[in-house]
Amino acid sequence: MCLAVPGKVVAIFEENGLRMGHIDYAGTVNRACLEYVPEIEVGQYTVVHAGFAISVIDEQEAAQSFAAWRELTEAVHRNGTDLFGNPLPPEEPTE
Amino acid sequence: MKYSDEYRDPALARRLVEEIHRTATRPWTVMEICGGHTHAIMRYGLDQLLPPGLELVHGPGCPVCVTPVELIDKAVAIAGRPEVIFTSFGDMLRVPGSRQDLQMARSQGADVRMVYSPLEAVALARQHPEREVVFFAVGFETTAPANAMAVVQAKREGLTNFSELVSQVLVPPAMRVLLASPENRVQGYLAAGHVCTVMGFAEYEAIAAEFRVPIVPVGFEPLDILEGLLLLVRQLEAGEHRVENQYRRSVTREGNLAAQQAMAEVFRVADRKWRGIGMLPQSGLALREAYAAFDAERKFAVQEIEAAEAAQCISGLILQGRKKPHECSAFGRECTPSHPLGATMVSSEGACAAYHKYQRLRATV
Ligand code: SF4
Repeated sequence: MCLAVPGKVVAIFEENGLRMGHIDYAGTVNRACLEYVPEIEVGQYTVVHAGFAISVIDEQEAAQSFAAWRELTEAVHRNGTDLFGNPLPPEEPTE
Repeated sequence: MKYSDEYRDPALARRLVEEIHRTATRPWTVMEICGGHTHAIMRYGLDQLLPPGLELVHGPGCPVCVTPVELIDKAVAIAGRPEVIFTSFGDMLRVPGSRQDLQMARSQGADVRMVYSPLEAVALARQHPEREVVFFAVGFETTAPANAMAVVQAKREGLTNFSELVSQVLVPPAMRVLLASPENRVQGYLAAGHVCTVMGFAEYEAIAAEFRVPIVPVGFEPLDILEGLLLLVRQLEAGEHRVENQYRRSVTREGNLAAQQAMAEVFRVADRKWRGIGMLPQSGLALREAYAAFDAERKFAVQEIEAAEAAQCISGLILQGRKKPHECSAFGRECTPSHPLGATMVSSEGACAAYHKYQRLRATV
């Protein structure tokens, strides 16, 4: 219930009097209620819990974190492996 | 995926790990409160990268794990009524009650349905005016805004056939109880990033000051958790005890005010029992009088059921960070994810399930 990954708002609409959106998680699109993020716009990223968007990801803060971390070292991507290069167990299906 | 994959960069992670090793000169015990963190720590093997003296103990922050067994029994009793469509997050279906779980109830004919949002339960109530739709409103401050809005929406639409079986719990009271215990070993907290996204962290500043423990709200990716640990260790080594926000891209000091307002409108703070821990005063939420018509416990007047836990299960101690899953005699033997004896083996956020899945069969520190 607490493992929410960020998704991108790709559409905003109204339904039964509630502000709703379509959220894209790397190709999988789900609906979410946007009542708690009235300021969110299409193209922004959000975290969704129990079908409700609870935050607008602050891109500037995210970029700053990375700038700080990248100062420490150079980035290498090794997808699908753990921090030592071993393969990861498959992802859990999320509810 | 943006804001996900890049937070798993092994080179950055290794550098953070090195910084933690360089910074930690003494042994420290820190707790990750949230089961989502426990799961991520096990999944990425982060516990195995830390200096030997830096011990992670796993906290009570798994909503599935702390929902009291009596509530599961009540859910099963309500779900068994012919007029009821019982709706729940999928995680709750296999949590053992005294005699049955919701999945067994379903196999015996109860209309139990998994939903992803409480608004889906409201939609069911709209579509089936002849039925009673009950939603199992469990969770921490992350699900409370959703569960509050479902009630508001049902009221707005005049739906009289929607109700919630509420077992909402709050994180800060549990943090206080753990720190106040004479057996406490926790010297710092990794706080739950999404709970803080909703609630902010002003309340944590009082806890940090009162108990002199550093508290760091963290995100859920490996780099978030490692940076959070580094911030904690730096404070511990320097003798500091501040709230330091690691998860700045999502958490602000005030939190999500719209969500807090809706929660306050629908819920009041109430005493709550935590599975494995017991009654904690003012540690949860209950529906306000104005929304009593949406309270499934009142609507269905379920009897108090004498609830029983599996005798071998030590999940209460595990939820308080006093034992680890592999110290349970049933772990991996009588108790497995396919035959869970306790709630901590059911949810992917439960420490026992995480240890089992990622094969932490022995002590790692
Ligand atoms: S392994 Fe099973 S029986 Fe043991 S504490 Fe965990 S849930 Fe309870």
